[in-house]
Amino acid sequence: MTALSERELTPDAAAPAKPSLERGSYSDQIFKGLLTLAALAIPLLLCFLVYELWSGARLAIGKFGFDFVTTSTWDPVTEEFGAFPLIFGTLISSLVALVIAVPLSLGVAIYLTEFAPKAIRQPVAFLLSLLAAIPSVVYGLWGIFVLIPILRKSVFPLLRDVFGFLPLFQGAIYGPSMLAAGIILSIMVMPYVMSVSREVLMAVPNTQREASLALGATRWEAVITTVVPYARSGIIGAVILGLGRALGETMAVTMLIGNRHEIAASLFAPGYTMAAAIANEFSEAVGDMHLSALAYVAFVLFVVTVVVNAGARLLIWRVARGSGIGSKAL
Amino acid sequence: MTTKTLLVAGAMLLAPPLAGAQTLTGAGATFPNPIYTKWFDAYNKKTSVQINYQSIGSGGGIRQFTEGTVDFGATDGPMNESQIAATNANVLHVPTVMGAVVVTYNLPGVGDTKLKFDGNTLVDIFMGRITKWNDKRIAALNPGAKLPDIDLIVVHRSDGSGTTYVFTDYLNKFSREWKDKVGYATSVNWPVGLGGKGNEGVTQQVKQVEGAVGYVELIYAISNKLPYGAIKNAEGKFVEPSLESVTAAAASAKLTKNTDFRVSITNAPGAASYPISSFTWLLVPKDAKNPAKAKLLKDFLTWMITPEAQVMANDLHYASLPKEVVGLIEARLPTLKAGGKSIASN
Repeated sequence: MTALSERELTPDAAAPAKPSLERGSYSDQIFKGLLTLAALAIPLLLCFLVYELWSGARLAIGKFGFDFVTTSTWDPVTEEFGAFPLIFGTLISSLVALVIAVPLSLGVAIYLTEFAPKAIRQPVAFLLSLLAAIPSVVYGLWGIFVLIPILRKSVFPLLRDVFGFLPLFQGAIYGPSMLAAGIILSIMVMPYVMSVSREVLMAVPNTQREASLALGATRWEAVITTVVPYARSGIIGAVILGLGRALGETMAVTMLIGNRHEIAASLFAPGYTMAAAIANEFSEAVGDMHLSALAYVAFVLFVVTVVVNAGARLLIWRVARGSGIGSKAL
Repeated sequence: MTTKTLLVAGAMLLAPPLAGAQTLTGAGATFPNPIYTKWFDAYNKKTSVQINYQSIGSGGGIRQFTEGTVDFGATDGPMNESQIAATNANVLHVPTVMGAVVVTYNLPGVGDTKLKFDGNTLVDIFMGRITKWNDKRIAALNPGAKLPDIDLIVVHRSDGSGTTYVFTDYLNKFSREWKDKVGYATSVNWPVGLGGKGNEGVTQQVKQVEGAVGYVELIYAISNKLPYGAIKNAEGKFVEPSLESVTAAAASAKLTKNTDFRVSITNAPGAASYPISSFTWLLVPKDAKNPAKAKLLKDFLTWMITPEAQVMANDLHYASLPKEVVGLIEARLPTLKAGGKSIASN
């Protein structure tokens, strides 16, 4: 700032030397300032958000403390609140979603970049991206009217017959369940995982493929031993993006998960997620403690998301370092 | 832009526009939103008074009313003592229409036979103590019905709602255990069952799962032609839910002259009363700050209890207020004040 005013005071001294550069630096200063403001706005917003959640949850934090995340009672009448089933449900439904979505979308991505004829690459990729544009309430309705009847009549009984020895697939079949929510989530996160990993796979240099093929690998071997390992940090990034979406998804999940504050070993049993509980109860929550408990849930959801994302970054970082060593070994 | 235009623009922003005096804002319950919207629209055409209503839920309605951000609130469950204290007791509950809750079920075996329930059986069902449809407690109430030997699956609302409030308020009157373990509120800690979001969520789960039983709002059940049971009322009669039987429940509720209208009409006396009924209320300040708005609100309330407005409620399948309650409201409206003075009437 002082440099600028000095220049204004003595225009003749500086101006003749590099006139164009001077003008440039003046507008650059403004531009830089604006961008800095924009960049600062995001962390500020985040701080404000955390502060808001924390101050909203203060009442519940004071009463329940850390027990909130380990206890399971949720009783708005007696104002006893514990969010463990919600945290459990959020994590498990997202995990189920990833278990289904990741292999599928990775398969699609590999097929589209490595094997598919040119004519169908674009249409398939386009159709898959369209899935991302469908509002989640539509997924929820489709889940209630189409998916759940199919699951209850055919898929769940089959799973129980074949895998019934696992506790995961035992017990009564209602329809709305952890598994139903996981399946709808997997459909919702697939376009994200698929399109990002497709971009990443396309970015793998052709020399890598050629080298692998030249060494006598089949196309399948080239993909598995060379292309995918080369792209793995990017693929993990794609999975994290999908996970983020799954953790926070609200509408479709609450319509399919059965909304029961309970922890069950079986995936056929109903469950509940943090986002669903907030959406369900916030508008009609009357008591201060009830509202505060919901804000606490939001705070916990925020923390869970941050922890999961930080863990994922760490994973990417380690994998990326590993891939360097890996290529050296090859 | 000149300074003058800026000044004018500023003045326009700051000064309340002339029409502002003719506008009221309210917020609250979602259940009566269709009839409120219709009333406000009809009233606007009639008097050019504009009433904006946000159906954000009863909880939000009570909060916004308490904070004074709206001219009136609306709720499906009456405010409790501590909430009233938070407004310095400056609130009058004005009943507007009535709603009822029906018990719906999916039991293909029974055909067209309407099942019958009573309070104690419903407590046992929603407590999880009755797990089969051919349980003798259900069979005793339904001698003719062929009750199958299948699991009984309970479905309840997962979102906080006035429907849950009314239903649990009813169950609460029958069982000490229910009172101790569950209680009544817009959302409770259900001992058993699946949670469906909204009336439509409960309905879908009941429709899809054989042996399911749930509760939904009467209007929703009527317009979607759901099967529902008859409920034993306080006189021992089994009454089917209908607009008439709900109005009858309110008529026989025996409100006293100085009532604050916060009355539960579940399990009301009277042979024709449907027992799972409830008022829904507008929350109005007893002593408003703004005299102009207070007058608008009072005029609207006066119109709302006229037959002209109450008939609209019936068109939308809301049970209208019985004449006893209309009379009580009519007598109460003149006591509304603004700035400590009574409000001029037309």
